[in-house]
Amino acid sequence: MQDRLSLVVFSGTVDKLYPVAIMASGAVALGKDVEIFVTFYGLEAFRKGQPQTNMKMDANYPETGPMMMKVMMAKKMPSWYDMLRQAKEMGNIKVHACATTYDLMDMKKEDLDPIVDDVIGVTEFLSRASEGGITLFL
Amino acid sequence: MAASTSQRIILDARGSFCPGPLMELIRGIRQAKVGEELEVWSGDQGSKKDIPFWVQKAGHQLLGVVEEQGYARFIVKKLK
Repeated sequence: MQDRLSLVVFSGTVDKLYPVAIMASGAVALGKDVEIFVTFYGLEAFRKGQPQTNMKMDANYPETGPMMMKVMMAKKMPSWYDMLRQAKEMGNIKVHACATTYDLMDMKKEDLDPIVDDVIGVTEFLSRASEGGITLFL
Repeated sequence: MAASTSQRIILDARGSFCPGPLMELIRGIRQAKVGEELEVWSGDQGSKKDIPFWVQKAGHQLLGVVEEQGYARFIVKKLK
């Protein structure tokens, strides 16, 4: 099972959610399965309503961040969420919510965006990721 | 549009960003029949490498890349 891309999505800012969607799309193009584990701020970004309203950019880039957001909007770049949703329609992408964050924040299934498939623990994610391929932390 | 392209399935992905045009092509290829020709139009720089690479890897045939003003037309034949 080398044909797998596993992503740990810790960040919840738009600038880091784009690479999640773009790399997941690329993996689907190559016929790879994609495992996305959303945790901490990453899970917050998948809270119901967040994908459509979250405009946060990484605070470490106060000058370039807002400028890049403006450019993306002016050039009508599709949102990271739409890109991920389309890639998920085309290939085998699973979005897992981190059980620790989920419990910590007293979340319920209905609090999460429907793109999230299930809630799993770190052991299950690692066991899926260790089946092969590439694993990235974002 | 030239007569030779009238049989082809045209996928206009101009204005779309990497990997958008490639994703359009993959979607189009899935819906096409074996032997059909598709043309994906892209102004994205990433497509110039990504599309030929994917076509070869996926086992289809790149019939040509035609440079136009501000975009390129990638002509692909579905082989399987």
